[in-house]
Amino acid sequence: MMADDKDVLRDVWFGRIPACFTLYQDEITEREAEPFYLLLPRVSYLTLVTDKVKKHFLKVMKAEDVEEMWFEYEGTPLKWHYPIGVLFDLHASNTALPWSVTVHFKNFPERDLLHCPSNSVIEAHFMSSIKEADALKHKGQVINDMQKKDHKQLWMGLQNDKFDQFWAMNRKLMEYPTEEGGFRYIPFRVYQTTSDRPFIQRLFRPMSQEGCHQTLGDLLKEVFPAAIPQDDEPKRYQVVIHGIEPMLETPIQWLSEHLSHPDNFLHISIIPSPSD
Amino acid sequence: MPSSLLWAVDVYGRVYSLSTAGQQWERCRDAHLDFKRVSATAQCCWGIAGDNQIYLNVHASDLPIRYQEETYENQRWNPVDGFSDRLLPSDRWQWSDVTGLQHQPLDSFQLLSDNWEWEGDWYVDENFGGDPTDKGGWTYAMDFPATYTKDKKWNSCVRRRRWIRYRRYTARDVWAKVPSGETPSLPDPFNDLSCGSWDISDEPAGRLSLWAVSLQGKVWFRDGICHHNPEGSIWEEVDVPGEVVQISCGPADLVWAVLWEGQLLVREGVGRDCPRGSSWVVVESPSPEVGAVHVAVGVNVVWAITKDHRVWFRRGVNSHNPCGSGWIGMVGEMVMINVGLNDQVWAISCEDRAVCFRQGVTGSELSGKAWKVVSVTRDSDRSHSSASTSSLQSAGCFFGGEVRVQSQGSVLSDADSETERVPVAVAPSDSEPVASDVPKARIPKVTSDSFISELVSDRDGQVGRRDTLTTAPSIPEEEPVEGTGQIKPPTLVLSPSQSGGLQDPQWSNVDLEEAQTLLTAGAVAESSDTCSLSSVATYNLGLEEAYGGEEPALWAWVAGGSCSVDAHSQLNWFGSSAGANSSAQSMSLSITPAQTAVWRKQILEQLTQRSKREVDNFRHYEQAIEQSVWVKKGSMQWWRDWKPHKWVDVRFALEQFCGAEGNKDGILFIYYTFNDEKKYLHAFINEITILVPVLNESKHTFAIYTAERTKQRWPIRLAAATEQEMHDWLALLSVSCCDARGLHGPPSHQAIWSVTCKGDIFVSEPTLSLEVSPYPTPCDQMFWRQVGGHLRLIECNSLGVVWGIGYDHTAWVFTGGYGGGFFQGLASSTDNIFTQTDVKSVHIYENQRWNPVTGYTNRGLPTDRYMWSDATGLQECTKTNTKPPSPHWTWVSDWSVDYGVSGGTDREGWQFAADFPASYHGHKTLKDFVRRRRWARKCKLITTGPWQEVPPISLTDVTILPCRAQCPLDQVHLWAISSKGDVLCRLGVSRHTPAGTSWLHIGADQPFKSISIGAAYQVWAIARDGSAFYRGSVSPQNPAGDCWYHIPSPCRQKLRQVCVGRASVYTVDENGNLWYRQGVTPSYPQGSTWEHVSNNVRKVSVGPLDQVWIIADKVQGSRSLSCGTVCRRLGLLPTEPRGQSWDYGIGGGWDHVTVRANATEAPRTGIPTLSSTRPGSHPAAQMNGGSLSAGERQ
Repeated sequence: MMADDKDVLRDVWFGRIPACFTLYQDEITEREAEPFYLLLPRVSYLTLVTDKVKKHFLKVMKAEDVEEMWFEYEGTPLKWHYPIGVLFDLHASNTALPWSVTVHFKNFPERDLLHCPSNSVIEAHFMSSIKEADALKHKGQVINDMQKKDHKQLWMGLQNDKFDQFWAMNRKLMEYPTEEGGFRYIPFRVYQTTSDRPFIQRLFRPMSQEGCHQTLGDLLKEVFPAAIPQDDEPKRYQVVIHGIEPMLETPIQWLSEHLSHPDNFLHISIIPSPSD
Repeated sequence: MPSSLLWAVDVYGRVYSLSTAGQQWERCRDAHLDFKRVSATAQCCWGIAGDNQIYLNVHASDLPIRYQEETYENQRWNPVDGFSDRLLPSDRWQWSDVTGLQHQPLDSFQLLSDNWEWEGDWYVDENFGGDPTDKGGWTYAMDFPATYTKDKKWNSCVRRRRWIRYRRYTARDVWAKVPSGETPSLPDPFNDLSCGSWDISDEPAGRLSLWAVSLQGKVWFRDGICHHNPEGSIWEEVDVPGEVVQISCGPADLVWAVLWEGQLLVREGVGRDCPRGSSWVVVESPSPEVGAVHVAVGVNVVWAITKDHRVWFRRGVNSHNPCGSGWIGMVGEMVMINVGLNDQVWAISCEDRAVCFRQGVTGSELSGKAWKVVSVTRDSDRSHSSASTSSLQSAGCFFGGEVRVQSQGSVLSDADSETERVPVAVAPSDSEPVASDVPKARIPKVTSDSFISELVSDRDGQVGRRDTLTTAPSIPEEEPVEGTGQIKPPTLVLSPSQSGGLQDPQWSNVDLEEAQTLLTAGAVAESSDTCSLSSVATYNLGLEEAYGGEEPALWAWVAGGSCSVDAHSQLNWFGSSAGANSSAQSMSLSITPAQTAVWRKQILEQLTQRSKREVDNFRHYEQAIEQSVWVKKGSMQWWRDWKPHKWVDVRFALEQFCGAEGNKDGILFIYYTFNDEKKYLHAFINEITILVPVLNESKHTFAIYTAERTKQRWPIRLAAATEQEMHDWLALLSVSCCDARGLHGPPSHQAIWSVTCKGDIFVSEPTLSLEVSPYPTPCDQMFWRQVGGHLRLIECNSLGVVWGIGYDHTAWVFTGGYGGGFFQGLASSTDNIFTQTDVKSVHIYENQRWNPVTGYTNRGLPTDRYMWSDATGLQECTKTNTKPPSPHWTWVSDWSVDYGVSGGTDREGWQFAADFPASYHGHKTLKDFVRRRRWARKCKLITTGPWQEVPPISLTDVTILPCRAQCPLDQVHLWAISSKGDVLCRLGVSRHTPAGTSWLHIGADQPFKSISIGAAYQVWAIARDGSAFYRGSVSPQNPAGDCWYHIPSPCRQKLRQVCVGRASVYTVDENGNLWYRQGVTPSYPQGSTWEHVSNNVRKVSVGPLDQVWIIADKVQGSRSLSCGTVCRRLGLLPTEPRGQSWDYGIGGGWDHVTVRANATEAPRTGIPTLSSTRPGSHPAAQMNGGSLSAGERQ
């Protein structure tokens, strides 16, 4: 029997990346630091789910040697304000698992990363993303109609990995009038490794002027035409969402409803095709 | 909801239909005729064509219309000839009806009309009261009339046998002329008709009333219309106190008519026993100056139009007060109006001849809110082929037949090509002499307009004037009009066909009241402009030239009698421009097949791969986020466990946490106070076996069972403050229970389904441990979860084909979803949940006692039961205090006497008995002192669930071929019994198309009630008279089999239900006995004898491995007794197919269970061995702290 679309939401939510955290070699420790293995939720944020990592390494370090913790993968500082899945897809797709992340407690790269002194900073970032997304989808009407405790429920759902709790509320953010066929605009961000720009974000409607459903391919044609393979040449890019490559024919509205992150954005990573 | 059709006729007499699922008027291709009127019902459409004759279009359906003719051959014994047809002079005819009074030789049976054909020749019925007779079918008696037996005895002096022949109605999906029949005085040509009354109490399906109005203003009633006689049998004239011009009959008992003078007539006394009604009451026109011209009635509404096109709504109409109380003027100017199903209103606007729908008509606001124009395109002749294809798919009401090359619909057609369709015009009065001078016209026949003219001339010889035609030279008709009227030929003025071309005004259908309008207007204001005269007949013909195929249609008539919409229906009929149309189509193209789209499949596949790649090998890693306890609390009432039992206020809490194996688990707490002490009761979520909503009128209650509570027959009963709260809790608890057991998504193909007496549906996943022999898990430990929807029974097989039948006999097929009903959000799938409706009757009894003075009265003895009660007599149930079963049900009819009670009733529905309570019979005897009758009221439920309707045939039973789980079957055999008792075989059923494609009708001489197919294609069925039959030669190649073999019933028992598994055949009789068929072998599938297995059985379900499950009548628990309990037979072995004992499962209110999908094989060893290998390796180096369980869990 065909799986239901609900199962897609579940699969997306419970996506995990096995990670191996190793302490940066130059950090000063009292004894050797064992690596720490953890299943990271793809849809969460690094600084939100790495309390255990911090605790693990603090056991071998002196308090005075510890500043704000940050992460790096193969020389690239990892932006905590991107969802973990996006970081992995963007930087470590097609590499061996577990994902090897280096942990730093010194030399915070001020130019590359935002500070994250507490979870409330993550919450603020998360909620502002949701509001921005709803502004695009419903002119912000749905999120503004919610009460404070509803906002809290969304955040607590993410923080505590409560799928039911989160979706009981998020469902409302995914509604749209049937006669309109979709959201006003699709909240999406396109990431690429090969550019200095953080990401591409534009206004894009789920329905064309002729009333057709726009697809992932239609969106890329507009914002990143190079990602669309030409007939006569080999595929240059992979278009990755949640670690998978949806077909370019996939309706963008469906993707927005089912493959968006909890922040309600569709995060699309464009990475160079592996050259075998 | 399945699609249904709105019918309309345009001003050219072309008939169109519009599907509620469609967006285009589909031309009724078969109509070679042009029509003036149509009146629609779900199963057929009546019309008056241009020849003023009545035509009937019976929609094709899978259910054939066939009728069994029978006659008896009678013989008497004499010593010389033995039995011969030489009878005594005092005897009955040699060939007679069953009573012997009617002479009925075989050749006296004639087909009623050309629309019937014989199915075969006469043959002898060899079945007698459920038993096969000897060859020849003779039954014997001492004398006529007497009791017949199938055995010849020494004193058998007479014998008789029954001959049967079937005739079949063939004219389906075509317009067939209705034979006028043996009417003494043939009704004159017809002018209006209206059919209805199919909803008068519990009519047999297909019965309806047809009222017609003749051109002379007489009213006729067509008698005898029913399913097997769609044409009816005879016209009966109904006396009217004036000349009627139009009539309207509603779905129930309302009949109104309009008089020529402008008043209205209301028919009184219309009812089940008297569809013709008894008398007329006159109601004045809504407006004192302007008479009414048109009326339309529904179930509880009457709408009318006056000559000035104003629309009126009649207040206070219902079946007790058919006249209503007063008129309310409505907005809008209309030329005609029609009330369809659900009292929805359709009309033709005066200004632009558009079909309008009255928006917002609901039961509480019957007058609606506003008119909304139905604006959809028509299928033009150009797009004919595509249109016909789509109509075939959409509504199943495609009018087959040849396409006429030269369609009469082409507006600009040259008159020469259609000489019979010569325009007719009403002559200006002052041109009479001129017209009479014109010598000749080549007019072959009288058209309908001439009748109008005739009528008009009949009345006053003064007619209105039509400017557009006065310029054309006029000629009179070739032959004078034959008929009744004293018509002066000059009044009929025809424009010559030669004047055709663009100038030629195409005449169209003509309405009588439009002629009246014309007449009245003409009388009032001789020079009134064409606008005020605008009507179907006099529509400004000059405009017609402009009509191309793309132009908006001009409608003359609309009929909503088959259009099932209500105020909440989603229709795509309004305000769609061409552009929006196309976008809507492209949208549906990309959205509908989403389930099957390649992109979607690929996403699901990739997600599975991703999970294998990224998660499966790393499950031993620590989770980044630890699950914590989550608590939800609330207030409820609890039915106290100890005596005195009562509802007490409690605090209710659900604590959820992560179970040992990653499953969620939880505990339910009920905190109560006893003797000022705080105490609590708890239940582990993983021990809860079922949550049952027990809606009653006063409280929102539900029951929680565990295995222990099932043994006790005493659940935890709780009541929430509001229905919403109860649903929230049920949904939450249900999700928790499923989570705790790792159940997600839809039920598996092997699932065991059950249905409660409230129509709630539950499903349980079979496990290996449930099947192990000899010590299976007791079935009180089975976990049942609810699935949305409302059904009476469910049948399934292990390929995932699941069918259900509702209380209203509607057939439903399972869509593969889950949730629906009160399961919202995550507890429910989205793509395959549909609206489901069900209708059932609530019954109450009126009880009376006889006394010598006043006869039967409602004054009983002091010891008597309530004069209005439930079936037991214990509960007082009056018409006013009886509520629908739960707040989800709403009344959809009024109380009416129920004649379909077992034991029979008299004409008023009474059953008699010596005293209460006793067995009742349908006629009064001297010993009877009490009587009762049953009243029924229909109520309707609207819910949602993973079910889709399988229209159009309603069913009473269904069975699906059982098979192994991995069976490579392409075609799944599915048999059913229609609600009429016909045996049907569904074609095209497979795991991918569980709904199948069409019904095949299996001939049988009598109606059936139960059917079952076994794994080796053994089809068994139970006839309504309680006898059993075996269908021979059913095989994959011959799915319908060839003939029925009668199987004698167990001694003196009437059988009720049959179920066939792999090799076992079980039946249940009327007295609750379960019987096993002994001696069944592959070479002799009929078996030899019935062996008694058990009593106390209501229903049996035999699985594909010959498992036997039943609904037991009564099961005693340690604290209480439950009626209607799911039980399983234990100790079934090949050597002991009847088993040994019962294992008691969930119960108290269960009506149905099916295990026919459960092909889970019992493991051969007593204990299942669980494979302990896990995917992936667990290198110790990749574990925090080096141990699976250590880590840093707090």
